[in-house]
Amino acid sequence: MSDSLAGRMGPAATASPYGGQGSSANLADILERVLDKGVVIAGDIQINLLDIELLTIKLRLLVASVDKAKEMGIDWWEHDPSLSSRARPPQQVSAAPAPTADGEQLAAENAQLRAELAELRAAVGLPKGSARADGDASKTAREEER
Amino acid sequence: MNTEAEAPEAAVAPDDRPDPAATMSYVYAVSRAGTALDTAASRLAGLEDGPLRTVTAKGLAALVSSVPAGAYGEAGIRARLEDLTELAALARTHHAVVEAAYAGTTVLPMRLATVYLDDARVRAMLEERGTDFADALGWLEGHVELGVKVYADPREAAAAPPPAADPPAAEGSAPAPETLSPGRAYLRQRRQERRHHRDAYRAAGAVAGAVPDRVAGLVRARVAHRPQQGELASAAGENIANEAYLVPVEGVEDFHRALTGLADGLPGVRVEITGPWAPYSFATVPAAGGRA
Repeated sequence: MSDSLAGRMGPAATASPYGGQGSSANLADILERVLDKGVVIAGDIQINLLDIELLTIKLRLLVASVDKAKEMGIDWWEHDPSLSSRARPPQQVSAAPAPTADGEQLAAENAQLRAELAELRAAVGLPKGSARADGDASKTAREEER
Repeated sequence: MNTEAEAPEAAVAPDDRPDPAATMSYVYAVSRAGTALDTAASRLAGLEDGPLRTVTAKGLAALVSSVPAGAYGEAGIRARLEDLTELAALARTHHAVVEAAYAGTTVLPMRLATVYLDDARVRAMLEERGTDFADALGWLEGHVELGVKVYADPREAAAAPPPAADPPAAEGSAPAPETLSPGRAYLRQRRQERRHHRDAYRAAGAVAGAVPDRVAGLVRARVAHRPQQGELASAAGENIANEAYLVPVEGVEDFHRALTGLADGLPGVRVEITGPWAPYSFATVPAAGGRA
């Protein structure tokens, strides 16, 4: 192989691709390739086969389907602060502790919805009243919209 | 030296080697033996800053560096892969070495953490699998891998100015936005968001479907990867297609040109081309003796 790929790629290609790719390429792209692709041959050092399969699946999940992982009950990255913002201690909701990340999200969404509801009420001129009034208000708004 | 010890499946107990100075051979890639790989090896350091070298047999060369036996034995490797910081460093170094070697010649990149006890074991592996490697190298010769990812980003679609003709047709005789009451404005906004969402996904799906057709005459092979959805897939929007193409070196520019403008005029759709990569996604060799 006296003929080099770099030589045949022309000046435009040799300037950046190989030099820059190593340091700047997206970690997800790199992991996807070095973990999941490439030549798989049996080295002398192997984590036992089941382990490495599990490990590969877990690592693959970092760049692939999180939903699938949750189905399988694997969620270790959610507890790792470097991987998930949701793993941070829930300081701001300590008054109304939410046991799970889901609960926390729901609480936030609830608060947001309440605020929006209040705005709507104010706009339509209804008092901060009953559930009945709420229903009427949104129905009126929907009818107006048509 | 009995024959059993040389069998590829020879089991090695990691805890039997307490010597901290002991090293093992980490394999990055395999190529044809020749000066290109030796040049790459002399320029670069591998993992743990260990110097790279080539191990040759049967006209093939493996790009190798020595790593501490403790840190890269079975327990060490496992701990390393479980830690994202360590894993990232390991992956980036592995990748950098493969890329550098690939700049000079066609290589078969090994999967991360392919470790042998010593160079003699690497040589034995090259001898055993030499034919498969040579075939694969011949097939990949003169080709690079390019990645294509298509994203749908409804928020970007929402941020784009709406087409001028759109609102009157869709809303009938609805008043201009500034005359709407806040409640109606809110509902109207929600409806628009939903429409942007749907449109962005629909358009991205069409773009993803058009990519293989556009590059059909320019590529040798195509592999569909799983869309990136994990915590590491931090790009804006949702990755709805993630593919790799094996492209002749001289066709790389044509490939880029063929996909230029694919997402123009489609707010919320983004096409990303990555690479050239070493042909990770196409470097497959048959399993030895039918074993996994």
